[in-house]
Amino acid sequence: MTRQMTGAKMILQALKDQGVDVIFGYPGGAVLPIYDEIFQQNDIRHILVRHEQAAIHAAEGYARSTGKPGVALVTSGPGATNAVTGLTDALMDSIPIVVLSGQVPTFMIGNDAFQEADTVGITRPCTKHNWLVKETAKLSEVIHQAFHVATSGRPGPVLIDVPKDVQFAEGPYTPMQKAKSTRYEPQIKGDIGAITALVEMMEKAERPIFYTGGGVINSGPAASQLLRELADASGIPVTSTLMGLGAYPASGKNWLGMLGMHGLYEANLAMHGCDLMINIGARFDDRITGRVEDFSPNSRKAHIDIDPSSINKVIAVDLPIVGDVGHILEDMLKIWKSRGRKTNKAGLKKWWTQIAEWKAVKCLSYEQVGKVIKPQYALERLQALTAKHDRYITTEVGQHQMWAAQYLAFDEPNRLMTSGGLGTMGYGHPASLGVQLAHPDALVINVSGEGSWLMNMQEMGTAVQYRLPAKQFILNNERLGMVRQWQELLHGERYSNTWQEALPDFVKLADAFGAKGIRVEDPADLDDAIMEMINHDGPVIFDCLVEKHENCFPMIPSGAPHNEMLMGNAETQGVIGNSGAVLV
Amino acid sequence: MSALNIKKGSSAHSAYDLKNPNAEVIESHTLTVVVDNEAGVLARVIGLFSGRGYNIESLTVAEINEEYHTSRITIVTTGTPQVIEQIKAQLGRIIPVHSVNDLTVEGPYLERELALFKVTGSGDKRVEALRLADIFRANVVDSTLESFVFEMTGTSEKIDAFADLMRPLGLTETARTGVAAISRGTA
Ligand SMILES: Cc1ncc(C[n+]2csc(CCOP(=O)(O)OP(=O)(O)O)c2C)c(N)n1
Ligand SMILES: [Mg+2]
Repeated sequence: MTRQMTGAKMILQALKDQGVDVIFGYPGGAVLPIYDEIFQQNDIRHILVRHEQAAIHAAEGYARSTGKPGVALVTSGPGATNAVTGLTDALMDSIPIVVLSGQVPTFMIGNDAFQEADTVGITRPCTKHNWLVKETAKLSEVIHQAFHVATSGRPGPVLIDVPKDVQFAEGPYTPMQKAKSTRYEPQIKGDIGAITALVEMMEKAERPIFYTGGGVINSGPAASQLLRELADASGIPVTSTLMGLGAYPASGKNWLGMLGMHGLYEANLAMHGCDLMINIGARFDDRITGRVEDFSPNSRKAHIDIDPSSINKVIAVDLPIVGDVGHILEDMLKIWKSRGRKTNKAGLKKWWTQIAEWKAVKCLSYEQVGKVIKPQYALERLQALTAKHDRYITTEVGQHQMWAAQYLAFDEPNRLMTSGGLGTMGYGHPASLGVQLAHPDALVINVSGEGSWLMNMQEMGTAVQYRLPAKQFILNNERLGMVRQWQELLHGERYSNTWQEALPDFVKLADAFGAKGIRVEDPADLDDAIMEMINHDGPVIFDCLVEKHENCFPMIPSGAPHNEMLMGNAETQGVIGNSGAVLV
Repeated sequence: MSALNIKKGSSAHSAYDLKNPNAEVIESHTLTVVVDNEAGVLARVIGLFSGRGYNIESLTVAEINEEYHTSRITIVTTGTPQVIEQIKAQLGRIIPVHSVNDLTVEGPYLERELALFKVTGSGDKRVEALRLADIFRANVVDSTLESFVFEMTGTSEKIDAFADLMRPLGLTETARTGVAAISRGTA
């Protein structure tokens, strides 16, 4: 027997059936019936954020740290338009989230009604798929399909726009099992012939490298385990994109560190000099490749990706394998073992000797001298003092984000939540709240810059209201540091508008929100201050005053190849040519 | 491989120039895309082309299966082989897309377009227009003492050729459907 219920009730029922335990949202006229249903039940918790953008980022943080889809609810018009940045962010980073938006009643659509926006039109290019549901009878089925689309294949954000009259009207509820599946069934298993060919290449390669990305993490914890087993058994070095950090442990013996624009010297030179590159769930982003004509010129390249459109988009590869990373790694391991676990031992030995030389350059070295805290030092201490915790890190965007990737060690997947593809300042703070909700007992730290943090600082209210003890670790250089760095390198040190005057007193700000504030300026006080932050049972704003004009190195300037890397001690003025300057 | 030896102003190329556009031929491909005939599906397809900077030479769409509500979109597009592959892969990512076929690579196929031409004039020009229409097997579907409307189906090239001939003879208005295409034989 089908159950009749209102659209609003149906939404709660469908979310419950999908195993949702928390929604991040913000109410308004067009979602009142849904909020009324939220009020009358206890299965699903609603977290009232302070801005819809934060609802989406919080859902992203929840999703990325759990592997489950995150859910957000926003009202029509401005509620929906405020969600656009978060949706685009989730699309770029392949994060599964389901966003429900209210819409004006169906009979008013198209009339420029109060708080009407063409939400499906606006969000079409920034969702994996979206729906405008005009009949209550279809609503529950669409919600079930939306979860399927968001979580299968390459994950991504979906949006369901629900007019208010559809929320009020009654219709039959379609349970999850009865929902018509969409035809959307991405390929999971990789082609065995291609996988065998890859294993053969792997056995012979003299200078192989695994170049791993967010796809390993999105595939689930088993994929990370398989990657570790394959890398450790074969002795092949591993590097990773920002999005893939933690899939292979930073403490692992084959770890080269992150690659790319601010990646490690040894990782980038190994990518440049390898003879076999095995891309596992990464997408040859321009932050990774540098100048594509000179990208790893002497290697054969294999590319494992669940999204066929990632193959040959930027870099033409010799061996594409479409499918789920976990399944393909499993087959790779099986085939490699059954063929006798062969590797080119002599080649690999030389390769590691070469890598050891590159590592000896110690590209991340810096000097902590004097009375001013270096941002690198602050992160090194944060790493040392938090290493024993099951620690989740979110970041904002800028220099601090790159330093966090360089100086913090990620030994498990799903422990770093950062805006990689879109580079959204304002992501980290709300994301940290989503992570903390999913992991109430874990230590959650948002490594932030003072500029980014101000972009969603209102979420301090959310943190205090729900007693979310996430720590806001602000590396305060009183500069929009990353942009300032580019102005120094590209624009003759003309620091146009990268310096915010009248920054707030972050300790007083914390106090105003009812949270704890800590300021530290002297390197000698840093450890105690960090311990105070960790030991405080509640949200903290940690204002760490750091060196103002520190630059983030190594750096591959835009438009340069991997072997033209700037190091901390290099003379950097004017090294980026005009054609590099047009790039971002 | 010394990384510290950096030439000043050494980056000569853009990371966004995927391929030198002159180094590769631009090809024209005819794609057929079967989609669920649901609201917004055409906007998804067109938005993909505009958002990613692909070309559309011609695009036609109509429902082809009433029972299953599927439509067939025929797109003529141009690009380097790499871009054409990207277009197909990107189309395949759209959720309501059932199938993407590249007729240009899949074997022999037919392309047809329908066009309506309004030609106005009198005297010799009018006679000549009618005579050429006959040669091109264009039908007269409307006539007044000063005008004809010709209807013609054929390849885009044939329609282009006819339009060229009509222009000096008083062509005042043209309506074209864009290309519909189908494979030959049982494929
Ligand atoms: C929403 C948004 N606007 C602008 C930018 C461009 N941007 C990138 S980094 C950056 C500076 C960030 O400053 P801060 O948060 O203080 O970090 P820092 O680089 O100083 O560590 C800016 C403005 C961006 N990434 N996102
Ligand atoms: Mg800053």
